Amino acid sequence: MKELSLNILDIAENSVKAKATVVKILIDETENEKENTLKITISDNGCGMTEEVLKNVTDPFYTTRTTRKVGLGLPFLKLAAEQTGGNLKIVSKSKEEEKTNHGTAVTACFNKNHIDFTPLGDIVSTVVTLIQGHPETDFIFIHTKNKKESAVLKTEELRKILGKDIPLNSFEVITWIKDFLTESYKEAVDK
Amino acid sequence: MKSLAELQAIKEKMQNKVVLREGTGDIRVVVGMATCGIAAGARPVLNTFVEEVQNQNLSKKVTVSQTGCIGICQYEPVVEIFEAGKEKVTYVKMTAEKAKKVVEQHLKNGRVISEYTIAAHKA
Repeated sequence: MKELSLNILDIAENSVKAKATVVKILIDETENEKENTLKITISDNGCGMTEEVLKNVTDPFYTTRTTRKVGLGLPFLKLAAEQTGGNLKIVSKSKEEEKTNHGTAVTACFNKNHIDFTPLGDIVSTVVTLIQGHPETDFIFIHTKNKKESAVLKTEELRKILGKDIPLNSFEVITWIKDFLTESYKEAVDK
Repeated sequence: MKSLAELQAIKEKMQNKVVLREGTGDIRVVVGMATCGIAAGARPVLNTFVEEVQNQNLSKKVTVSQTGCIGICQYEPVVEIFEAGKEKVTYVKMTAEKAKKVVEQHLKNGRVISEYTIAAHKA
């Protein structure tokens, strides 16, 4: 993948396929004299994975029928993180184990100073693409830099304003989301 | 700065034309958005379709949606076009530029761009 934002799109698509109703994407950057890191967390309330699946999920050649949908997505993200000296962690509770509190959380940590760090790229495009394809799913997107929020979008709030009749993937709404996020980032930089 | 108040205005504007917007959905454009598609560049292809369908005033008859892996990863980004009463058209190795042309020539004017189809690539 050329940009980490593409990995994020890919992993978040897994969440949607796991029938999540809420998908949370957090990007957390820390920049100071000691540390220059980026942490991506994608968590959902989908059907989750059993321990057996979880053990093998980052192995690209592990393909049984039940897990074939996982494919190369997680191995790609793992590689992108590890090649910067970072790491990937996955926590998951399957629906069978946890009736109410199920879901998966994928966390990837990157060292931005490393020469093999893949840039984040067009994250706005990723958020817009997810909402376009899955207007019924709720997405929470929060990007912070040194604990300050540079961009925040919660589709639940938009849905409240728009009501039932106007889907989130109407062209007008999608355009608004794109402009809103782009402007948020611009403002954060200007500050 | 974009505000939530603006979204309220969008809602009111759209409610007035809800009847007009009800698309007949004659044509379905489906973009493969699995790992293989995304890695090969499906994201800009999808977003170009969404934008161009709107720009060319085709949103009444064309819907753009996403799907998983179609099974021909080596030809990604893959775009399938379904139209009632016609055979499915599969465009392969798509780019944003190609997508723009497909909207203009195929979706708007009904001319399949055969050089972009899978048949042309297999030959």
